Amino acid sequence: MNTPNDTAIEFKNVSYSDGELQIIKDVTGTFPKGKITTLVGPSGAGKTTLFRLCNRLISPEAGEILVNGENIVSYEPTELRRMAGLALQSATMLSGSVYKNLSMPLTLQSGDLPEANAKDLLKDVGLEADYLHRNVKDLSGGQRQKVSIARTLVNKPNILLLDEITSSLDRVSQEEIETLIKKINDNYQVTIIWITHNLQQALSIGDYIWVMMDGKLMESGESSLLNNPQNNHVKLFVKGEIE
Amino acid sequence: MSYLTLSLALIFVLIPIFLSKTLKLGLEKDTIIATVRSIIQLLVVGYVLTFVFDAGNYIYIILMIILMIAAATHNAQKKGAAIKGIIWKLVGTFIFVEVLTQGILLGFQITPPTAQFIIPISGMVVGNSMVLSILFLNRFTSEVETRQDETELILSLGGTPKQAIHMSLITSIRASMIPTIESQKTIGLVQLPGMMSGQIIAGADPVQAVQFQLLILFLLLTTASVTSIMLGFLSYPTLFNKQMQMLKLRT
Repeated sequence: MNTPNDTAIEFKNVSYSDGELQIIKDVTGTFPKGKITTLVGPSGAGKTTLFRLCNRLISPEAGEILVNGENIVSYEPTELRRMAGLALQSATMLSGSVYKNLSMPLTLQSGDLPEANAKDLLKDVGLEADYLHRNVKDLSGGQRQKVSIARTLVNKPNILLLDEITSSLDRVSQEEIETLIKKINDNYQVTIIWITHNLQQALSIGDYIWVMMDGKLMESGESSLLNNPQNNHVKLFVKGEIE
Repeated sequence: MSYLTLSLALIFVLIPIFLSKTLKLGLEKDTIIATVRSIIQLLVVGYVLTFVFDAGNYIYIILMIILMIAAATHNAQKKGAAIKGIIWKLVGTFIFVEVLTQGILLGFQITPPTAQFIIPISGMVVGNSMVLSILFLNRFTSEVETRQDETELILSLGGTPKQAIHMSLITSIRASMIPTIESQKTIGLVQLPGMMSGQIIAGADPVQAVQFQLLILFLLLTTASVTSIMLGFLSYPTLFNKQMQMLKLRT
């Protein structure tokens, strides 16, 4: 069990429903500070909903969520969302240029992102500097995903919530992003929570893992638990018999 | 115009009924209902206005304006049913627009403080405000739905609800005001406005009629902008809660 000092996010008996449908069911668990934790599970397990709870885009109907030891409700929502940055699989873009998208987090705080910094961010995520003034309409799915990650990094979050960010990327881009995320984790001790459907990726880059199924946390611990899961449902999921 | 002469105008109602029946458009019943309703409503208004003008009492003027605002609210609220408390937002907007425009007209003595001026001008102001509200609400609810991902993206990056809804709001305000501005650009070239045409037919001096029409046009520009902007800024906060989370539109 992690102590508050080495826990980035802690869930205590958290439940969440959307209308009649219960999506998160009494989840209790921790995400260690400064580590990479992967979040795996079949479709509809509630993984993205869990992220939306961490970013406080939605609130639980029961239970408590602690971020860096403080109850999530004690933070200003804007402050929390900058601190716990979220990059979604959908990689929603604002219409206009890549630069407009990268500047957005600072524009929201009446600030300005110098072009040189924006180009550095693009380089970090494996895009050439000349992408800066391209229209997002002209980007491929993978390129949009990279811009989305770069945009989340502009706020310098100390927790990064990444939702299947490499699922639409080719192998080379996927490796570039994995290297980048590891670099961010090593250099700045940013806590990374990464939803992935790729169990190999979970084993290779994650320090810890959460396995979720049907809104419940089935098993959590070091990534190696995937090699020898205790829960029968998790065993079936690892074998690929539950998708 | 005598009632006998007016009855000949029903030929203009028989033509669409004949066309609808021939082409099986199925609009005969609606055309007849619309005709009967317009005859009854306008005749009643005619008699009520005669009474109000003769009475010369401000209470009746205020009652007429309340009636207009109630009818406009009833009509416009259907388009904004997804927004919490839309009825009071509409009532507030219509009252504000009416007080502002009449305040300027009467305060600067642009028009005399008589029922003959206050009631028709109020009718045009509230009527225009109602159309603008419908255009705005229609567009705004659709923008909120289609831009939901974008709104949540801005919230997730640390934006406030106002920043998150900004594009939906501005797009809807602009879209609802464009018809008013565009129609004013071509006015007089394509069609003569109804009020001006009415005055000219009734024998008024065309230049005098134009002056009044210009007054109304300028008035409607204020009505359009104030209605859309006020309704927009009253509506958007109900789409979020105190935790700056986006709420689902009511269905």
